[in-house]
Amino acid sequence: MAMVETPSLSACPACVALPATEMLAQRRLRAAQAGVMLSLPTAKDATSISQVERALVAVPGVISARVNLTLKRVTVATLPEVTADTLIGALAQAGYPALELDPGLLSTTESDRRGRDLLMRLGVAGFSMMNIMLLSVAVWSGAEAATRDLFHWISALIALPTLAFAGQPFFASALASIKARKMGMDVPISLALILSSAISLFETIKGGEHAYFDAAVSLCFFLLVGRYLDYRSRAAARSAAEELAALEVPRAMRLLDGVETQVPVAEIAAGDLVLVRAGGRMPVDGIVTNGASEVDRSLLTGETLPVWVGKGSVISAGEVNLTGPLTVRVTAAGKDSSLHRMADLVAVAESAKNRYASLADRMARRYSPVVHLLALSSFVGWMIRSGGDVRLAVNVAAAVLIITCPCALALAVPAVVTSASGKLFRRGLLIKNGTALERLAEVDTVVFDKTGTLTLGDLAPSNLEQFNPADLAVVAALAAGSSHPLSRSLAEALRALAQPPAAVSGLSERAGYGVEGHWSGQVVRLGRAAWVGAKTGAKTATFLKIGDQPARALSFVDRPRPGAVGVVAALKAQGMTVRLLSGDAEGPVAALAQTLGITAWRSEVLPAEKAAEVAALTAAGARVLMVGDGLNDTVALAAAHVSISPASALDAARVASDIVLLGQDLSPIADAKRIAVQARRRIKQNFALSLGYNLVAVPLALMGLATPLIAALAMSTSSITVSLNALRLK
Amino acid sequence: MEMLLYLIPVSLFLGGLGLAAFVWSLRANQYDDPEGDGQRVLGTDWDDKPKP
Repeated sequence: MAMVETPSLSACPACVALPATEMLAQRRLRAAQAGVMLSLPTAKDATSISQVERALVAVPGVISARVNLTLKRVTVATLPEVTADTLIGALAQAGYPALELDPGLLSTTESDRRGRDLLMRLGVAGFSMMNIMLLSVAVWSGAEAATRDLFHWISALIALPTLAFAGQPFFASALASIKARKMGMDVPISLALILSSAISLFETIKGGEHAYFDAAVSLCFFLLVGRYLDYRSRAAARSAAEELAALEVPRAMRLLDGVETQVPVAEIAAGDLVLVRAGGRMPVDGIVTNGASEVDRSLLTGETLPVWVGKGSVISAGEVNLTGPLTVRVTAAGKDSSLHRMADLVAVAESAKNRYASLADRMARRYSPVVHLLALSSFVGWMIRSGGDVRLAVNVAAAVLIITCPCALALAVPAVVTSASGKLFRRGLLIKNGTALERLAEVDTVVFDKTGTLTLGDLAPSNLEQFNPADLAVVAALAAGSSHPLSRSLAEALRALAQPPAAVSGLSERAGYGVEGHWSGQVVRLGRAAWVGAKTGAKTATFLKIGDQPARALSFVDRPRPGAVGVVAALKAQGMTVRLLSGDAEGPVAALAQTLGITAWRSEVLPAEKAAEVAALTAAGARVLMVGDGLNDTVALAAAHVSISPASALDAARVASDIVLLGQDLSPIADAKRIAVQARRRIKQNFALSLGYNLVAVPLALMGLATPLIAALAMSTSSITVSLNALRLK
Repeated sequence: MEMLLYLIPVSLFLGGLGLAAFVWSLRANQYDDPEGDGQRVLGTDWDDKPKP
């Protein structure tokens, strides 16, 4: 059973000791060397390969691009100044939506030394198995005396070096678990390999009748198949807490007696004054003492709209200052800041999740003592019965070990997980964790985040048709003058309508209020309600005021993701409780909940409250699937039983989740749940099947009736049945 | 039965040849993208001249 030792964070003390920032820096460096990796969910044939590669090579600064159709990815080697966004833009124009993948996030088959190492051992074991089996067929069919001895000798010649080479992963891991005083499945596996080849060699020298070289090598082969599949279904373990730490701003501009100095954040203490420029990220928690601006809190709270801040407003680390410079009196910095506290919460939740014991673990824990016990008791039993015939007793014990050694058990889980992940990958879901499917199968409650998860997270203007072209031309000109999200959305929508901008002169942006300019001798303004003399409505809106005319509202809506309605309905039909937790205001959340048919929803939820809600549901006995995308969901994603995030999510959220949704459509989530339930059923069937084979073969071995032929038959038929059963997944 | 003395080395040699081919193909990254390599044959991009 290959999957016993799940690598945990603490398994590598050096990694923990290394400061998180340094590790991140190293990872960034590696990423720069590897180039940019983009996921291409829609690539499907030769045409898409050539279109994608041509589109990318046409971008200035791109050295080379190569599509990997099996993994639906493209690796691009670029000069350092080319950003992933440029490449994604070029691909979008070519008609291929692409998403950036962090090369460290996924286990890649190329440049992957461990995977290749296992494959090499697998190849060698396969080669030897075929040759030894051919020789064994002759022995089974009645070769005698000198011929049989010759064949045994040749088998030994092939088997012993093969086992020494191909068995290394098992020997190494068995040694490690003996040192740690644990009893993994690798101990009986190694014991079986060593004992059976030793006794076979002894029998060969003595000219004996039975040699188990074929069984030992094929055991090794099947186990390696299981180990390789298991390795492929497991992505590199990374910590979301580290990703959060990377969001912290390392330096801040401190104001001391009117002089600005740049200092590391660690040196900032509560009470200091800090200057934050427009476009910068808040390095600390604090209170605004001077200036007015808008801050983007979407990462932390999930609010879609930037929030106006002025003197006296409270801001927290991680928020982005959008329009004007702010002077902030620090209330908490460094380890005490809200961002750092969130990273701590995530770390706690992650370590709790690492304790999950998979079906395979539980099986191995129960099964491995039985194997030892059976082998030992057969040895003792035969010693007594035969009156001290050590050779006979060891022979029987080796046969028992070989037959009980669970190659079908080792294949039971990886074969199903590989088959299910392949099915889900074709539907646009990337399984990052080997046990994610098992956990998903247990889920009975689904918690959704709103912004960016159930909705696309970008606002689109909804009432442009109420304005005449002349007004729209003014809007286009004003919107182009600001980088405010609403302005950008307006500008984009008007570009799509092919609306030429009007000749507005003297454009100026008033931080925290809006944009102002002159057009046909009148003052024109685009901005918040109070500034243009309008009343704030219930909807998200910005206002246009031309000269003395009354201000008019341009309202916005966030569009639901495609498939959102369907996935909620499908999950409910599967008997799931669906909940919506959002940091957004009550109005939009209620509206969306009604559209999607979700009755249990809460608005204005803080990140810690989301995690607390998930924890409360868990404590009440529910198994929670969290679907979310933002920084505000990260703690909840890590705390949930299993979690899914869209590929557009923040790095930290993607790292914290077990499954990544590659396309925009949400509907694969319902499929994933169905396939996970099916996969768990197949895994359990596989366990039953392989135990069934043992139930028949072990008594024979204990009675000393097992021949190498019976061992080989039991082993191959059970492994093949288990693999075929895994392929039955639909 | 003397035939075995020739046949066994021959069969082992041929098997070894297969193993060597497998090791070579693994080292040459032939298993990185089987689906894409199959599709690339059908592309028309470099039909008139080889890719530089």
